[in-house]
Parts: sequence; C-alpha cells; structure tokens
Amino acid sequence: MGKEVIRLRNVSKHYPMGDSIVKALNHLEFKVFEGEFVAIMGPSGSGKSTAMNLVGSLDMPTYGTIYLDDEDISEFAESDLAQVRGKRIGFIFQSFNLIPNLTVKENVMLPMMFQGTSVKDRDDRARELLRLVELGDRMDHYPGEISGGQMQRVAIARSLANDPEVILADEPTGNLDSKTGENVMTFLEKLNRQGKTIIMVTHDADLAEKHADVIYWLLDGKLDKVTKRVGKRFVDVTKKKKKEAKSNGRK
Amino acid sequence: MKLDYLILALKNLRHRGIRSWLTLLGIFIGVTAVVSLMSLGAGLQAAVGAQFGISSTQVLQVQAGGINALGAPGSGAVDKLTSDDVEAIGKLSSVEMAIPRIISSGKMEFNDIVAFGMSISVPDGEERKFAYEVMELDIEVGRMLKDGDVNKVMLGYNFWRNGDIYGEAIVPGKSVLIQDEKFVVVGILEKTGSFIVDSTVMMNEAPLRDLMVYGDDVDIVAVKARSEDEMERTKEDIEKLMRKRREVDEGEEDFEVSTPEAMMETVNSILGGVQAFIIIIASISILVGALGIVNTMTTSVLERRKEIGIMKAIGAKNGQVFMQFFFESGMLGFIGGLIGVIFGTLIGVAGIVGINSFLGSELSLGFDFVLIGGALVGSFVIGAVAGIVPAMNAAKQNPVEALRG
Repeated sequence: MGKEVIRLRNVSKHYPMGDSIVKALNHLEFKVFEGEFVAIMGPSGSGKSTAMNLVGSLDMPTYGTIYLDDEDISEFAESDLAQVRGKRIGFIFQSFNLIPNLTVKENVMLPMMFQGTSVKDRDDRARELLRLVELGDRMDHYPGEISGGQMQRVAIARSLANDPEVILADEPTGNLDSKTGENVMTFLEKLNRQGKTIIMVTHDADLAEKHADVIYWLLDGKLDKVTKRVGKRFVDVTKKKKKEAKSNGRK
Repeated sequence: MKLDYLILALKNLRHRGIRSWLTLLGIFIGVTAVVSLMSLGAGLQAAVGAQFGISSTQVLQVQAGGINALGAPGSGAVDKLTSDDVEAIGKLSSVEMAIPRIISSGKMEFNDIVAFGMSISVPDGEERKFAYEVMELDIEVGRMLKDGDVNKVMLGYNFWRNGDIYGEAIVPGKSVLIQDEKFVVVGILEKTGSFIVDSTVMMNEAPLRDLMVYGDDVDIVAVKARSEDEMERTKEDIEKLMRKRREVDEGEEDFEVSTPEAMMETVNSILGGVQAFIIIIASISILVGALGIVNTMTTSVLERRKEIGIMKAIGAKNGQVFMQFFFESGMLGFIGGLIGVIFGTLIGVAGIVGINSFLGSELSLGFDFVLIGGALVGSFVIGAVAGIVPAMNAAKQNPVEALRG
C-alpha cells in the first residue's frame, strides 16, 4: 500500500434550503492511498457527488478537515484551491464538460495555460496525451464533431494535462453505452496501473466491483459500508474502518 | 500570458451569435463618425476655405456690412464702399495696393438658354496682375482679359467642362448675351476649386460698371499689405481710416476688414460647430455601445456559467477567469472600433473623392495613424471597462454551482 494521499476527517456538508438545512454529508471519514482505485458508491442523493466536490476542492466542508498529502486543504484560500484543482487533481465528468468553442487539442491545452506552461510545451503535451487516448487524428475537431466516447477520452487526456496525483471521475461512463463505457474504463485502469490514484463516483455496483480496489458505500450522506477487493471477491471491512474512525475521533 | 487570453477571447468571439455583434453597432457607429469626420476634416477645411477664396496670406478684404450679409459679398450693404474709399485705402502707408472689386449678379444667355450667375470685375493696369493673384486665376484655354477689352469676357472653368447649364460647353470665340448685351468669350479659366470663381464671368471693370449701372460703388476692396508680418497693423490702419470716412465710432462699424486668419477662423468655427455636434452624437453612440457590451457580457456570463465552472475545475483562478471575460469584452469593443475605422476611412475616401470631383481640387485624405490607433485602443478600453463588472461576476462564481450550469 502506498502513502496516504487523501483523508477526510469527520467531514460534513450542510446546505441551507429555505428555513431548513439539508445535510448532504454527515461525519464522513475515509482515506485514499497512492495508486489505489477507489469507488464511491451510492444511490442518488446519497452524497457521493458532494463528497467528490469536497475531495476535488471544488467545495469546502461545513465541518471537518480534508487532507491532501497531509496538507489541510479545507483551510486553503480560493487561489490555492484553484492551484490544487489545476495541478494535483484531474477531473473527469459524466457529461464530459469540454468547452465547445475550443478544439479537442485546445481543450487539453487549457489546464496547462492556467499553470503558465509555454505554448510549445502545451502543444507537445496535448498531442502526446491525445495520442495516448487514441485521438491523435481528432486533435483539430471540435467537441461537437466527435462521439461521446471520444469526448470522454478527451476529458481523460485533459485530466492528465498537468500530471496530477489523483484523477477524480464522476460517473465517467454514465452518458455512454456499455461498450464505449468499457473502453473508457480500460483507459482509467491503464492509468491506475501506471500509478495514478483514481477516485470514481458511480451508482453502478457492477462497474465499481469490476474495476475498483476499495468501495466506499454511501447512504443518506453517511458512510454505510466499506468493501475491499481480496482476490476476486469484495470483503466488507466496515467494522474495522468504523473502529479506526472512532479511535481517530477520540484522538 | 496576456496573449493567451486574447487568443482565447478571439476564439470565443468567433462563436458568438448575431445578438452579440449587434451590440457593437453603437461603438461601430461612433467610431465611424469620429474617424470619417477627422479624415475629412482637413479636406473640408481646405474645401470650405477655397469657397471663401482664402489663399494668399497677404491680402485683406474690406467690405461694407460684414461678411455675413446676404447675397454677393458686399452687395447687400446699404451704404456701399466707393472708388474714393479704394483710393484712400491705397494711400495708407501700410498698404501696397488696393483694388476695387464689383461682384454683381445678372443673367447670361447662350444656346437659347438663360441662367443667372455672378460677374466679377477685373481692374486695369498694374492692379490687374494683383487681382489675378488674389483670385489665383490662370488661363485654361484662350487668353486672359487685357486692358481695353470691351465686350469681352473670361469664363470660369465650369462653363467649359460642366456644360450642363447651357446644354453645351462654351469655348473661346463664342458669344454670350449678358444682360442682353453681346460679349465674346476670350478665355476659359483654370479650375480654382472655388465653386464661386469657377462659375463666374470675369469682365473688365469699366464695361461691368456700365453694364450693371454701378456708378461709383464698390462691393469689396482687396488690399495687399506691404508686409505679411504687419497684417494686424494694416487692418487697424484701414479700420481707423474707414471709421473716419464713414463717421462711425469704434465698435459700431458698418464695414468689416478681414484678414486671411480671421476668415479661416470663421471657417474653422463653422467646421468646429459641425464637428462638435458629430462628436456629441458619436459619444452618445459609443456610450450606448458600451451599455450594449455590458448587457451582452452579463448575459454571456449567465449563459456560460458551466464553462466558468469547467475552467475553475481545471485550475483557473478567479483572476484568470476575470481576465478571460475582460479581454473578451475588450475585444468586442476593439472589433466594433476596427469595423468603425474601416468604414470611417472608406467614408473619408469617398468624401474626398466627391469633394475633388466636385471642386476639381486635389485634396488627399487626412490619414492620421494616431487617430486610428487612438480609436482602436479607445474601443478596446471602452469594451474592457464595460466588461469589468460582468467579468467580476464571472470570476466569483462558485465552481460547484457554476458546473451545474
């Protein structure tokens, strides 16, 4: 097992909704280790997307702390969070989220522009990444001119632009047919084998069990159970995790 | 790095709908007005100056009633100038020469067509040369009038080249009827650029006086000062003399002595008024354009919330999001300005071509790179300033909410 990359400690996220408060996440605790393929599972409304937003530093927890490489990012200023999102985390979204006015290559180059990379280096890197996801012949196409599967591969290439430690994938196959989805998952697995830490949010248990090493099952904003791959099977390690959480709480 | 945002802004602008481009109309119209006006300004000044006959810098004009009187210059005055006035002015120490000029309107018949126009007198002797010099007259075809020419006239260029009035061009050797008396055309004058001179009949002074029954009256006295450096003193001398002769007090003059500078100032003040009016209209237009950009950019930020969310998710800082929208807004203004500069210049060129063909002048476009650069930079700045608030709104979007679109 590699070093600890991400750790959520007693994290809660509450949203005001009129006069009431919606508790999207309640006292969530989990850790992700370097090189792990983690799935966050749960039905709609379980809080998995909220968890992903917090891990991805897109949002701030109402309570609790989030560590990225032992740094408490819940204390970070907006510009530092932007830096985390730009350099240390790569996002892959269900709806691809490519910018329609930019070509495939320009979409991949964009995160590097925000990091101040030179135009030549950006161009070289984008070409390299697009070849990696087998889209070398689609570089100058616009997102509207390519298929959903190809768009998701562009999103994968974009997520790798600044060589982040962690890839966050939110329902990466949600908008794809099963064959194309499988193809996208193959790329994610390939990245994982190359050492990237992958955190995938999904409601598809089969998909999670097929590809992930650890699955965090959320229900109503709380951690319901944790299962871990042992050989070809997944074993429930919830008690152990809860014990750890309690001892952390006492600390 | 700023270049990146500029390029990105241009890429985004390429995909803008017609609604965005329509908001540029204000900036476009404003800049077109300013650029065309300024390009034409020098040409207009020269053209209007030519109409006033302002060329020599050493010539003053004296006329009764002031230059704003109706009709031919000096002709509307109740108490006209006389030959004695001319003689008295000519004797002033600061004056080298004073010549009388009669400017009379009357009818002329040729080819069975009757039209009304103006006749200008030409004096005899040494003064003839000065008169030709003052009016910048030279011959195109035929010959100039000379002393002793009776029943002979020179015609302005328009009678020859623009023969529309009389159905055909009048050439030297032909006869015309002026006030029912027969005159032989001895020459056609070169084009001067002054519509008045180019459409005028020139006649020796004595026959014109007889023809128009002018007696001793004079419409304008053209005065050549001894020195170009002492125009003001010459003007004061003439004014003093004329006040005495016409028995009027200072400040109550019923005559006017104009120096070339004063006449040019009059031209400039007229043009200045026109320019000020157009600049006010242009400013309002640009202001409306700027408000249009504010509106477009505000709508754009709302429409592109998801894009803002994506940018933030892939590492854009607030400042970088701001810069993108700021530059985009600036580029909107710049493009409006660029189109305005192009149209303004085209209008300027068309205007100058029109003036040149109308007056036969050879004016060139007042192509001012500082003006064009200023218009382009100004347009960018107006656009960018208009985009500040929308760009700030874009920058402070919450990434999660923005990603929801």
